[in-house]
Amino acid sequence: MAKICTAKEAVESISEGMSVMIGGFLNVGTPEGLVEALVEKGVSRLTVISNDTGFVGKGIGKLQDHKQLAKVYTSYVGGHPAYSQCMESGEVEVILVPQGTLAEQIRAAGAGLGGFLTPTGVGTVAAQGKREITIYDRTYLLELPLSADVAFIKAYQADTSGNLVYRRCARNFNPIMATAAKIVIAEVEEIVPVGTIDPDQVMTPGIFVDFLVRGDIEHGRDR
Amino acid sequence: MAEIDKRVRVARRVAQELKNGEVVNLGIGLPTLVANYLPQGVSIILHSENGFLGIGSEPESGKEDKDLINAGGKPASILANGCCFDSATSFAIIRGGHVDTTVLGALEVDQKGNLANWMVPGKKVTGMGGAMDLVTGAKKVIIAMEHVNKDGSPKIVKECTMPLTAKEEVDLIITDMAVIAVHSDGLYLLEIGEDITVEQVISCTDAKLILPTGHIPIFGEEGSKER
Repeated sequence: MAKICTAKEAVESISEGMSVMIGGFLNVGTPEGLVEALVEKGVSRLTVISNDTGFVGKGIGKLQDHKQLAKVYTSYVGGHPAYSQCMESGEVEVILVPQGTLAEQIRAAGAGLGGFLTPTGVGTVAAQGKREITIYDRTYLLELPLSADVAFIKAYQADTSGNLVYRRCARNFNPIMATAAKIVIAEVEEIVPVGTIDPDQVMTPGIFVDFLVRGDIEHGRDR
Repeated sequence: MAEIDKRVRVARRVAQELKNGEVVNLGIGLPTLVANYLPQGVSIILHSENGFLGIGSEPESGKEDKDLINAGGKPASILANGCCFDSATSFAIIRGGHVDTTVLGALEVDQKGNLANWMVPGKKVTGMGGAMDLVTGAKKVIIAMEHVNKDGSPKIVKECTMPLTAKEEVDLIITDMAVIAVHSDGLYLLEIGEDITVEQVISCTDAKLILPTGHIPIFGEEGSKER
């Protein structure tokens, strides 16, 4: 059963050097309150796994603004101007992953799979250091699962058991990440009594969720 | 020809390639314009890699939904028949061959159909986003771009020099000057733009072009037509 708490309480156990998955796509579906709590906690040397690295002063971008990152797995850093420089200087290790591969790596970890074969990236820099396997005359890259110590996810609605419903394209990486981390913290706009959400409408089963944080619903896209 | 006219010409011509009912993913920039020029009677289903099908028109100012953006981060709307899904499903749609056509821009495309469109060495790094999956997974890959760079140098080259997005996946190249098909034995010049000559296309193309034996169709404001 998910524990309802504040963002500050939810991030209490996060310490230096831990890995954190953070949901969202260009800040839509990003749990901004949890990221803010992590900024306030000031924990550093983090590994972050996220679709993109956000924007200056906004969402995931704040972790870079406050130099809390050691390593990032992401598909896109173009929204935050500091990354290009950080990659060159080696200040932050940035591992660029094709978006579909990143999603599937997380899914694989959450689904107990040892990896998967994808045609994406064959013949490109994304193939470097990876095993190529040919199945029925098509070449694939062997991609490995990607899990984390903690996942920060954002949902629209939760019931008190932690069952989650997402809204529109704020869903993106959130339900996948909910399956792939040891501790899952969900920031939601609304917490409703059990029975309010029809079982058929639940998108993330509550068993995946450890902590529920009521977020600020005004946190939207206003960049 | 003004930049905007060139882009419209490309978008119009690309739109003619799309068939009724196709699932289509349009890249950022010029490819996005394609949706504005669909021929009458052609309706397509637009896929957005951030997790929905059925992209509608841009919402009016003040009517944006905080949970709805397109893959470029701009406010979006969703049609009544649209649906939302997570990123793993979105890329299952892409990689699994359920996107009929993807239209993207290019930095370079070469005569083997290799595409470079995500990184300029020495310039700011942005990341490949979903481009590698799209180019690899879509059934048909159309490159929509201006024929040459701002400095006049060719974008259609013998061999890409920039980091590839995908190897040998491009099917069709549509520019303001020409329509070029990529086959295993090379690039076939299919059509030329109104007011463009075959010689001009050849001189603006670094890659070798295989020319048609007979007359060459032209395309312009009205799309393709016989000369």
